[in-house]
Amino acid sequence: MHELLNNLLQPYLPEAVITVLTIVIKIAITIVCLLLSVAYLTFAERKVIGFMQVRIGPNRVGPGGWLQPIADVFKLMTKEVLVPANANKVLFLIAPVVALGPALAAWAVIPFGAETVLANINAGLLYILALTSLGVYGIIIAGWASNSKYAFLGAMRSAAQIVAYEIAMGFALVGVLIAAGSLNLNEIIGAQRGLGFFGWFWLPLLPLFVVYFIAGVAETNRAPFDVSEGESEIVAGFHVEYSGMAFALFFLAEYANMIMIAALTSVMFMGGWLSPLEGLPFISGLLSIPVLGTFLGSGIHWLIFKIAFFLLLFLWFRATFPRYRYDQIMRLGWKIFIPITLVWVVVASVLVMIKLPPWFN
Amino acid sequence: MIEQIVFYAFAAILIVAATMVITVRNPVHAVLFLVLAFFASAGIWMLLEAEFLAIALVLVYVGAVMVLFLFVVMMLDINIAVLREGFARYVPLALVVAILMVGAIGVTVGPANFGADKVAIPAPHAADYSNSQALGAAIYTDYLFPFEIAAVVLLVAIIAAIALTLRTSRQHKQPKTEMQLRARRADRVRLVKVSGTVEQQD
Repeated sequence: MHELLNNLLQPYLPEAVITVLTIVIKIAITIVCLLLSVAYLTFAERKVIGFMQVRIGPNRVGPGGWLQPIADVFKLMTKEVLVPANANKVLFLIAPVVALGPALAAWAVIPFGAETVLANINAGLLYILALTSLGVYGIIIAGWASNSKYAFLGAMRSAAQIVAYEIAMGFALVGVLIAAGSLNLNEIIGAQRGLGFFGWFWLPLLPLFVVYFIAGVAETNRAPFDVSEGESEIVAGFHVEYSGMAFALFFLAEYANMIMIAALTSVMFMGGWLSPLEGLPFISGLLSIPVLGTFLGSGIHWLIFKIAFFLLLFLWFRATFPRYRYDQIMRLGWKIFIPITLVWVVVASVLVMIKLPPWFN
Repeated sequence: MIEQIVFYAFAAILIVAATMVITVRNPVHAVLFLVLAFFASAGIWMLLEAEFLAIALVLVYVGAVMVLFLFVVMMLDINIAVLREGFARYVPLALVVAILMVGAIGVTVGPANFGADKVAIPAPHAADYSNSQALGAAIYTDYLFPFEIAAVVLLVAIIAAIALTLRTSRQHKQPKTEMQLRARRADRVRLVKVSGTVEQQD
């Protein structure tokens, strides 16, 4: 893409400007795709949960309800943003932006293919950890700036919960980086190559995989860990005072974070854009067939498929599990997940040290 | 050229944010400006190709420590008027402490020890240079013992902090989770088959 722009604009613009322009265009493509996914994830959520509860779900706007998210966007954009009388105005309006910023910025290092990555940085995994830990600021600031009891309670719950689950998430990723021997996300995917579906890290790191995904659900404040919203206890938690576009930004951030966690789980434990057939002894002959081979071979479509699968799990959880009691959330995070991950980090180091075949030889 | 612009931008943000930390009235605003200051210094470290340290600064200080800080500060009920009482009485002492502090800082980080002529400008590394690897090699080979001692000191501090805040169940009434988890339906509910009369439907 850089070369294409370079050839087109070489006579008119200096090299540095073209480089910046390429980066901006790449960012724009990523964000537009992400926001469209968010819009249709809300639609999918209502349809899937509707199906699970034997309802139809939205079906009025457009054919089969497919224009529903667009209608929702217009509704939210045209509504007034109310600022409560005694709220801290600046922080009240900054909070949604602070919530959305890290949710979008984290996408910079997600590899969509062997070369298709916005920023192929060495410390990619650390960058992800740092940015996912920033999401909580939007929630805390919103809760405090609203000057409302319910919002404040929601913010406090959310802060304690995210701090607790972040540690388990961090340790789960430490296991991944021990197994892969790198902090670079594309190298982590490369380390899972060779055995198809059974070569990915979900198998040798199974406890970490389970802990990471559940902690991810807790980190995004989704059901059954959605105590920071808790509509039956504290109305809507931290965003109770928000309306219109300010509310929509929190909504966007929550769904962008869900897609983020699904993408990260795919990259860390499920081989990212790798095909589950690649490297399997008997089936790999299929990959050399012209059209079918491209489809069955590695590529961005496998990453999208895996992300969609984990998002389905998010929705499935919401449809089936009742909300956790708050002390049990804390118990699960501190007393169960952190010990499991600590033990498995040691086990993973031993597996790597003895070069356990077939994964680590 | 671009690097210099980025450096001056981050440096300006850092200085403004750090000044605001000690001048704003609202403690929550002060904490948020401190967060901004951490961010700006992480950006400056990034320019020094210390990406591991820069991201660790954001991860540890911004992501964990400051969240807890904010958590506590938001709960405080700070009355500025009460804090200002006796301001005049403490001014002489405060001035002495302030002058001593500024003097000490000036001596340590002043032009005598720092400056472009004292410290060589670090040479830029190749694109495949990994700061994480360099740091790991330094910590786990050259400085292994100091690092391990620091780790043990931290562990002791963690255990001490937990021991200080731990309350025994005698002072604290709380449900026993093991017992809750052990409960089965048969312990709580007895399902009885009642032979009722069925009304005739017409």
